[in-house]
Amino acid sequence: MSSSSPTLQVENLQTQFFTKAGVVTAVDDVSFTVNRGEVLGLVGESGSGKTVTGFSILGLVDHPGKVTGGKILFNGEDLTTYSENQYRAIRGSRISMVFQDPMMTLNPVLRVDTQMVEAIRAHEKISKADALVRARDALGQVGIPSPDERLKSYPHQFSGGMRQRVAFAIALLNKPDLIIADEPTTALDVTIQAQILFETQKLCRETGTSLVWITHDLTVVAGLADNICVMYAGKVVETGKIDDVLDDPKHPYTEGLIGSVPSRNKRGQPLTQIPGMTPSLLNLPKGCPFQKRCQYAAPQCEVSPKITKCEDGRLVRCHRVEEAMAHA
Amino acid sequence: MPDQNELKPVLQLQNLTKKFVKPLDFAGKIAQKLGSNLRDEVVHAVDNVSLTVNKGEVVSLVGESGCGKSTLGRMVAGILPQTSGDIFYEGQNVANQSSEDARRTALKIQMIFQDPFASLNPRLRVKDILGEAPLYHKLVSSSGLDAYLDDVMLRCGLDPDFKQRYPHQFSGGQRQRIGIARALAVQPDFIVCDEAVAALDVSIQAQVLNLFMQLRAELDLTYLFISHDLGVVEHISDRIVIMYLGRVVETADTDELFSRANHPYTQALLREIPRLETRHSDFTPIEGEIPSPLDPPNGCHFHPRCPFATDRCRTEIPTLKEISPGHHSACHLNESN
Amino acid sequence: MTVTTTPPKAITPFRRFVEDFAEKRLAVAGLFVFVALVLAAIFAPWITPQNPYDLTQIDFMDGRLAPGSSGATMTFWLGTDDQGRDLLSGIFYGLRTSLSVGAISTVIALVIGGSLGLIGAYFGGKVDTIIMRIADLQLSFPAILIALILVSALGQGIDKIIIALVAVQWAYYARTIRSTALVERRKEYIEAATCLAISHRRIVFKHLMPNCTPPLIVVGTVQVAHAISLEATLSFLGIGVPITEPSLGLLIKNGFDYMLSGDYWVSFYPGLALLITIVSINLVGDQLRDVLNPRLQK
Repeated sequence: MSSSSPTLQVENLQTQFFTKAGVVTAVDDVSFTVNRGEVLGLVGESGSGKTVTGFSILGLVDHPGKVTGGKILFNGEDLTTYSENQYRAIRGSRISMVFQDPMMTLNPVLRVDTQMVEAIRAHEKISKADALVRARDALGQVGIPSPDERLKSYPHQFSGGMRQRVAFAIALLNKPDLIIADEPTTALDVTIQAQILFETQKLCRETGTSLVWITHDLTVVAGLADNICVMYAGKVVETGKIDDVLDDPKHPYTEGLIGSVPSRNKRGQPLTQIPGMTPSLLNLPKGCPFQKRCQYAAPQCEVSPKITKCEDGRLVRCHRVEEAMAHA
Repeated sequence: MPDQNELKPVLQLQNLTKKFVKPLDFAGKIAQKLGSNLRDEVVHAVDNVSLTVNKGEVVSLVGESGCGKSTLGRMVAGILPQTSGDIFYEGQNVANQSSEDARRTALKIQMIFQDPFASLNPRLRVKDILGEAPLYHKLVSSSGLDAYLDDVMLRCGLDPDFKQRYPHQFSGGQRQRIGIARALAVQPDFIVCDEAVAALDVSIQAQVLNLFMQLRAELDLTYLFISHDLGVVEHISDRIVIMYLGRVVETADTDELFSRANHPYTQALLREIPRLETRHSDFTPIEGEIPSPLDPPNGCHFHPRCPFATDRCRTEIPTLKEISPGHHSACHLNESN
Repeated sequence: MTVTTTPPKAITPFRRFVEDFAEKRLAVAGLFVFVALVLAAIFAPWITPQNPYDLTQIDFMDGRLAPGSSGATMTFWLGTDDQGRDLLSGIFYGLRTSLSVGAISTVIALVIGGSLGLIGAYFGGKVDTIIMRIADLQLSFPAILIALILVSALGQGIDKIIIALVAVQWAYYARTIRSTALVERRKEYIEAATCLAISHRRIVFKHLMPNCTPPLIVVGTVQVAHAISLEATLSFLGIGVPITEPSLGLLIKNGFDYMLSGDYWVSFYPGLALLITIVSINLVGDQLRDVLNPRLQK
């Protein structure tokens, strides 16, 4: 399952935004690992920093933001040292990204075949005809019927679900080692989402591509991911194997998040809710960012908790868990 | 949950239809006269829907894009006029009322919208957003307005000091609460929630859903809850109505629907909702895309994607029939016995 | 159950706007220059060394003096024209006419065009079609042509010029507000107002209009400059404002005959004043457009 070196290893990543109102640390000490062929679910709500993490990995963080600390080891190479040219060489060929809005990937004035051929030939010296064949195969791989006709169409002639599939096809064209997908199915219908999840899962299994699936929807991640990483206010609060975390969450936020899902509550009874709101990143409380909403908050939480490693291999950032481990 | 013996219909929709027509432009009309096949573009957003909601119930309207649930909700709330069909509220046909009664009915049925950012006027302070309608309709005097709004805001979990602020200063969840307060300020009995929690984070969603349930109990409200999220719907609804491309395909009590779904579309939908419990699942989606509403399939709209489609399905539109008490489904397969 | 965190003090949209605007120094400079010009125009009778249109104050013998030269009574910093009128004073008075004609015509056109565009967008259908087709017809003719025709038909005079300028401009505003209104009209807060049984009139003027004005402000600002230059053109061609109330354009025309004989200043300085006016207005308008563009706002 996992080969010698992981495809992606993020270590203590820090990304900050230097705005008029102050410095916002959108990604703070984030670490996780994705091995070959694995799917990691990066889960969090708005303001958690999950999207900025994805952008940081791809070097797409724009002014006034900057990656200010940590390492991003992609197949052993540290991407934080990469220049824009080096990044351009790997974007689209070794690492790809799929966005929530497929129109962020697709150019509305170009035909699909033009765009796909362009994406292939940007990274490889190959004839147009051969590139076209690869494009056609990629469309077939993501389950688009009659690919020959579809190649000649423009993006606006596709439905939303189809467009997202084309976006995935483009991401897969050059057989990347890693795909980062940022909420790709959030805007799609349930049946279309199911189709895309199905295709994606099949493809990852067949080609060995690793996948980081960024979402706020725990239920999607449950069926798709091998590992899960939960983020809150820019920090990782819990990461581990999907079964371990979902069946037995250790961090109070994860616990609350899982508890909020309607299916986990008795019908007709009020849902378990996490009181309050995500704090503004400009105004984080001292210590653990979750303390104001946490049912187990204690005076010790005013000191930032460190990452604790549990017996099943998962990592949790919480004093309570740390204490439990110490007493174990 | 209302007592079964005391079911009193508060909203009745009969053969409600909404067509959006994009007429041919001048050039198109000429081409048509010259014999080409051009026709006006017609979308049957809602196609001959009949529905009843009883007092105190939560009825959920579920479906995917193009099913017409939002259009239906807007017709019920009085925002869109129907093309044909009748809406009866508390026994009265809404269309035939005097202007005074019509106004009162309009206030009784309120709507809560999906987008917390577009649903509040960015140039008005919260006190104006909430207070405009009650003042306009003389539900409260200007001297009593502050206290009235305080009451509504507290009920929705908002600090009354927020009255002076502008919408852009609030988070999505708080804005949704402001939208709810705006609806409550005119003392409605019936609320249409159009994907009211879809744009919210899961933890905020839980807060807002709990608020809905609390308000229902406190104020004896009835809800038409429009959503695509079957997980949420399962939790709060008494009854569920499934729509596909403008038509109702199945309706049943929540427990009945989830345990004994009858229509192939409902079955597919239920099978495909991702759940926390299913891991490393092999998703088994149904084939095909949702057809364009501009050109829906003949007969049963679902037949191109239905694994059990027969010839009859391709030509004849199925009607809603009761297959067990309180459980209706529109599928020819039910009649093959 | 009350939500725990409180948002910061009420920041009015106006204050946010002022802060955003002030980010670009050039625009602020433009604003200062423009305000200075406006003040100069308003207080012209009190601050100019001479009233160039008071015949008792001018001396024919002071005619066509170079800038900086002194006459019998005063120093002419920017020179004089052929009648002996001080050019500096003339420019200030000219600014008065130019700015007021430009501003008044813009405001009237804004009100008329804005209302028509709003009504068309809200009610749609035939109303919208009629209004828009008339606007299209209007916009397909060159502005100067329409102005020429109107002025020839109506005769000369400041009020006639203003009418011509309004007729030329209203269609821009109608078009601009209509496109914004069409978008805003579909937004849910308008639907909410409908749901709350609020009258059409109230929805259009209390909800729709305030949210459609930002692009109008941008267009309006730049159009003031356009109106000023259009009026200058008409005056230059001799069919604009009468000689008794010259604008900068007329001043330029007056000096045009002397341009090639070396007395450049009679045309040059009024021209420079016109240029500075228009540039400062455009700088302000550019920044306004960026600040008020909803897509650029976070």
